[in-house]
Amino acid sequence: MSQPIIISASPHVHSDRTSKKLMYDVVIALIPAFLVSLYVFGIGAFIVTAVAVISCLLFEYLIQKFLLKTEVTIGDGSALITGILLAFNLPSGLPIWMIIVGSLVAIGIAKLSFGGLGFNIFNPALVGRVFLLVSFPVQMTMWPTAVVNNTSIADAVTGATPLGLIKEGLMFGDTMTNISADLPSNIDLFIGLTGGSIGEISALALLLGGIYLIVRKVITWHIPVTMLVTMAVMTGIFWLINPEQYASPLIHILSGGALLGAFFMATDLVTSPMTKKGMLIFAIGIAVITVVIRLFGAYPEGVSFAILIMNAFVPLINTYFKPRRFGSKIKSKIV
Amino acid sequence: MLKTFPKGGIHPPENKITSSKGIKRMTVPKVVNVPIAQHIGIPAEIVVDKKDKVEIGQVIAKSGGFVSSNIHAPVAGVVTKLDMIIDTSGYKKQCIVIRTDAKDEANFEEKEYPLKKNIELEPKEILKRISEYGIVGLGGATFPSHVKLNVREDKKIDCLIINGVECEPYLTADHRLMLEKAEEIVVGIKILMFALKIDKAVIGIENNKKDAINLFKNSVKNEVGIEVAALKVKYPQGGEKQLVRSILKREVPKNGLPLDVGVIVHNVGTIFAIYEAIQHNKPLIERVVTVTGKNLENPSNFWVKIGTPIKDLIAEVGGLPEGTRKLVNGGPMMGKAIKNTDVPVTKGTSGILVISEDEASRGEAKNCIRCGECVFVCPMGLEPHLLMNLSEKGLYEKASNEDIMTCIECGSCSYVCPSHRPLLDYIRFGKSIVKKLETSKN
Repeated sequence: MSQPIIISASPHVHSDRTSKKLMYDVVIALIPAFLVSLYVFGIGAFIVTAVAVISCLLFEYLIQKFLLKTEVTIGDGSALITGILLAFNLPSGLPIWMIIVGSLVAIGIAKLSFGGLGFNIFNPALVGRVFLLVSFPVQMTMWPTAVVNNTSIADAVTGATPLGLIKEGLMFGDTMTNISADLPSNIDLFIGLTGGSIGEISALALLLGGIYLIVRKVITWHIPVTMLVTMAVMTGIFWLINPEQYASPLIHILSGGALLGAFFMATDLVTSPMTKKGMLIFAIGIAVITVVIRLFGAYPEGVSFAILIMNAFVPLINTYFKPRRFGSKIKSKIV
Repeated sequence: MLKTFPKGGIHPPENKITSSKGIKRMTVPKVVNVPIAQHIGIPAEIVVDKKDKVEIGQVIAKSGGFVSSNIHAPVAGVVTKLDMIIDTSGYKKQCIVIRTDAKDEANFEEKEYPLKKNIELEPKEILKRISEYGIVGLGGATFPSHVKLNVREDKKIDCLIINGVECEPYLTADHRLMLEKAEEIVVGIKILMFALKIDKAVIGIENNKKDAINLFKNSVKNEVGIEVAALKVKYPQGGEKQLVRSILKREVPKNGLPLDVGVIVHNVGTIFAIYEAIQHNKPLIERVVTVTGKNLENPSNFWVKIGTPIKDLIAEVGGLPEGTRKLVNGGPMMGKAIKNTDVPVTKGTSGILVISEDEASRGEAKNCIRCGECVFVCPMGLEPHLLMNLSEKGLYEKASNEDIMTCIECGSCSYVCPSHRPLLDYIRFGKSIVKKLETSKN
């Protein structure tokens, strides 16, 4: 033999899946939603996304290189995803310095201070977003309205999101019938011709990306399907009781961060449970908290909070919802 | 519907490149190195001396206890030395070195016996002969067969399962044996059913061997109580506990044996060895070995004398190709990497796999991204990421509570881990410590 022989323990073969490939599959899955946001919000969406991605990568590099003095891992794709997802949860007109602050919080606090990739308890992008939301509530809720084929560079007209309109209307004693006149049609909500965060507007694009992730086996159906079904059932019950006081389940699913959250945020591998049973509990928890916030809370939208709250329960879920051990309970009878 | 086990499992590329290659008889080697520890349990005790002349099939090392096995001379010749030679474990082990007698005709006789169907021995004699003739599990675990067959009075066995799954990628030794010796294997099954007084037997074969399934369905048409089960192609379908679950829907209890649910499992190769021992008086001195690898000139299946140095096998398939980086005794999922080509073939050698550079190297281990893939694929319902963590941190009691000892070491977790984490390495390590702690407690 020309080279020394390798001795290692079995298995001697490995599947061709790598963490990096998983990460880049997520990036690919986010492209449709990004394209829709460019179409609807124009150059603003691009600027926010570019700033978030660049600052996330830069902060990860700087902190790892100079502060932690560890191996720099910006090539693994995780910081890239954090950047994109953070941007997707922001309005397209947000001042650039705020995006940079959000990135620093996401990468520096939510990810690296916990020990880096795999050790963070909370979804970094959502921590970044929620930090900005509570710190800069005015800017974070200035939603540029959707304009078909938007090419303007100047500040766009701003308006409320569908969920915002509903919340405000109901608070002032309006009925759903009256509010509906101001809402985009369900078709517009489905395609994405509505106001909102950059990445959350188009249900169609998010579904496409989500299906891609499931087909590529990056995620399983358990979290998104359970979360959306639970949301639909819960909002459906309230809607059936009083359709004038509560929006229909379809509006709830198609607007706000429900789909982005279900397919891309809640399914984050690091911060979601590791067993199928656990995933179901996790997804139901997110759905319940989201619906409670949306229907009874002060905020019109609650997906981000719901996911972060359930993130905190993941270690507990992993401990108490274990896979059934083979042979632990003998169900089969001896013939 | 194909039968299968419900939880976990993976689908590695099958790479059964030698499935159409008939079993060729290897040229009798000039020298054989026969290790005395070829089975699980106590090593055999050497009963020959330097310069002794030995006949084919003569006992050269006697069983060292109940869980042990006799070892027979694979060739006629002279014992040249009793030496320490590196075997598949990677350690130097006691070996009996025999120089083949070139003049002894018995060495070069083509040993193909005609099919013999009549069973002449009584059950007791059958079990005694299986024990004396050095039969061990040929699927790879090499557990002495007579121990498995020695059923305690209070255990009732109602089904014999024959393992023809061969779920390891690359290996085709069992597949070829089933195709070429189907009738003999059926007689072997009947011998065991007779000896154990069982009236049901099921042959489990993975559905990627349709020719073997059809052949056996045909050969058991007129047999009472013998069935063929086509199984879904999924690794580790051939794991004993998985196989029992797939075929009979019975779950072997944690830390239990198939015996606890009324089942005995034997590999097809073992059944054939039992057939030859009972019907033709032939001890276990040779076995089928698949010599394979993507870059080999002429990979194939061989009848190989126990003790044949692996370099003889490699020479038979055209030599080691350029860029070979790893040699594996067994399949790619559970086989052992071996140190050099002097390592002898033993009773447990189902294949020799030659792996090149691009397949041999492991990816660099990265942080666990908690994707849960190892949990999803574990056929035993364990959490490999957790077990690795506990072993790494030295929390052996916790690892034991998390059922680390029930791991069957199939390697599915390490296979799928996208971060290339050495899960099974750490689990094995943890298991060895837990085992030590448990024995020291008792």
